[in-house]
Amino acid sequence: MSNAAIKPRIEKIPAGERIVQKLPVLLVPALALAGLIAIGNPSSWLTLTVAGLAMGMMIFIMASGLTVVFGLMDVINFGHGAFVAVGAFVGFTVLAWLAGWTASPSVMLNLAAVLMAILAAMVVTGLLGYAFERVIVMPVYGDHLKQILVTMGGLIVAQQMIHVVWGPDELHISRPEALQGAFVIGEAAIEKYRLVAVGIGLALFLAMRHVLKNTKVGLLVRAGVENGEMVEALGYRIRRLFLIVFMTGSALAGLGGVMWGLYQETITAHMGSEIMVLVFIVVIIGGLGSVEGCFIGAMLVGLLANYTAFLAPKVALVSTIALMVAILMWRPQGLYPVVKAK
Amino acid sequence: MMAEPLLSLAGVHTHIGPYHILQGVDLTVPEGGVTVLLGRNGAGKTTTLRTIMGLWTASQGDIRFDDRLITRLATPEISRRGIALVPEDMGIFTDLTVAENMILAAASGPMDARRLAWIKELFPPIGTFWNSSAGTLSGGQKQMLSVARAIIEPRRLILIDEPTKGLAPAIIKAMTDALRELKETDTTILLVEQNFAMASGIGDTVAVMDDGRIIHSGSMKELAGDAALQEKLMGLSLEAHQ
Repeated sequence: MSNAAIKPRIEKIPAGERIVQKLPVLLVPALALAGLIAIGNPSSWLTLTVAGLAMGMMIFIMASGLTVVFGLMDVINFGHGAFVAVGAFVGFTVLAWLAGWTASPSVMLNLAAVLMAILAAMVVTGLLGYAFERVIVMPVYGDHLKQILVTMGGLIVAQQMIHVVWGPDELHISRPEALQGAFVIGEAAIEKYRLVAVGIGLALFLAMRHVLKNTKVGLLVRAGVENGEMVEALGYRIRRLFLIVFMTGSALAGLGGVMWGLYQETITAHMGSEIMVLVFIVVIIGGLGSVEGCFIGAMLVGLLANYTAFLAPKVALVSTIALMVAILMWRPQGLYPVVKAK
Repeated sequence: MMAEPLLSLAGVHTHIGPYHILQGVDLTVPEGGVTVLLGRNGAGKTTTLRTIMGLWTASQGDIRFDDRLITRLATPEISRRGIALVPEDMGIFTDLTVAENMILAAASGPMDARRLAWIKELFPPIGTFWNSSAGTLSGGQKQMLSVARAIIEPRRLILIDEPTKGLAPAIIKAMTDALRELKETDTTILLVEQNFAMASGIGDTVAVMDDGRIIHSGSMKELAGDAALQEKLMGLSLEAHQ
């Protein structure tokens, strides 16, 4: 091809716009700094910050699957909370079976018990996700109103099934010995479990980023979020990808359920639907379909909820909604809007 | 004598919601060479390509590719039979790099190095911006990437929807040269184009659509040399694009 007349050119993004694009990353340290100034006491601030990050990480674990499912499949899944609750109850059952391990002074046995509970919860919720997608979601692709109605119905059915299997009462779930108590640094008390939650959440985020950026499945998911039709035209069966992503999202919700159950130490059939309010706020703040945005949104929600609960308990409930409103006024599509083909 | 048809549509109807877009399309695309689909805006050209690709399902009629019925096949199956689509909006994944777009386009495995080198020669910006985000490319570069994706694996038929739309004259010339070179590799092309000067330069056969039907088909040479026929078939819409 003769290209003498064509000078390769790339549209350069102005420096100011590049900085604005990076701004959401700075929101988390900015909020932490604002929290330090408002709280005044560094020890209280450290305790609250770790608690906020741990809470944020657990919300991220639950929300990450939901945001990818929405971005790729355009499915609004109000039944996502069912996987959280089922995951928590399955985890509870496994931990009850392994009571000898959780009560053991051995850290390895304690962690092994938690790992087994997590694995079991993820397998069960992943399989439940398979059935949910085939039976409930597949017939209503492309119709948001029906999706909301049938997935809400699915959530109610799942909650009733939990009542049938585990009974209607709330259950107490004990953390293993090694995850009880706190490290004391100066005057700050940092719960061990919260550090574990931060570690697991961070590992999941890095793993998701790696998969999305460096594997072909990740490329397909990112491409599918933007233009699923074109992915099909390239020869990929996107429905199969939908199923894999839905099952993975459900399994992650199950993982989040175990983590949240151990955090609250009490589980109920309605715990999933209760936490879903925060999960949806995080997904909306982050930008529907964006894993990075979801991560930052979860950190912001976790930190703000803890800071306001300490500083002004009466406004704690509305603080996350106020955060969402503020962010949507700044960026109506969320922190990292995902480009969608028209 | 005309080559054997690679693709044929017989009495194809397509409905999109309440709209009856294709109203009995009969079209034959001979193997090898370029068939140009002309027609005014809204005539049904894009719908024809999307229906062939399975993105919209024909409500009636038969589509045969290589003498096999593909009317009811899903889009990925149609793609795997050797049909590629370069859509009007280019369908570039802007969140991915140029390299990642190409990796995905090579659906059956790793990219063939020789073929990739040929594509980079055909479209130099593909090599220049290999690791750049596809979203930052200019319109012409995106169009080159869209065509490059379609040919990274050998295809029997490429459906191209208005590749010169909105492009600068220099890019249109480059794109025309590339399609001409592609034609020499025995790849069959079904090209939707409103730029008659460009289309008549590379087209072998032509079909003209109006109101969801084919109203004329024949050789491009015949149509290009008959101003009265052009006027009859397309009127002012043709002149406007010369």
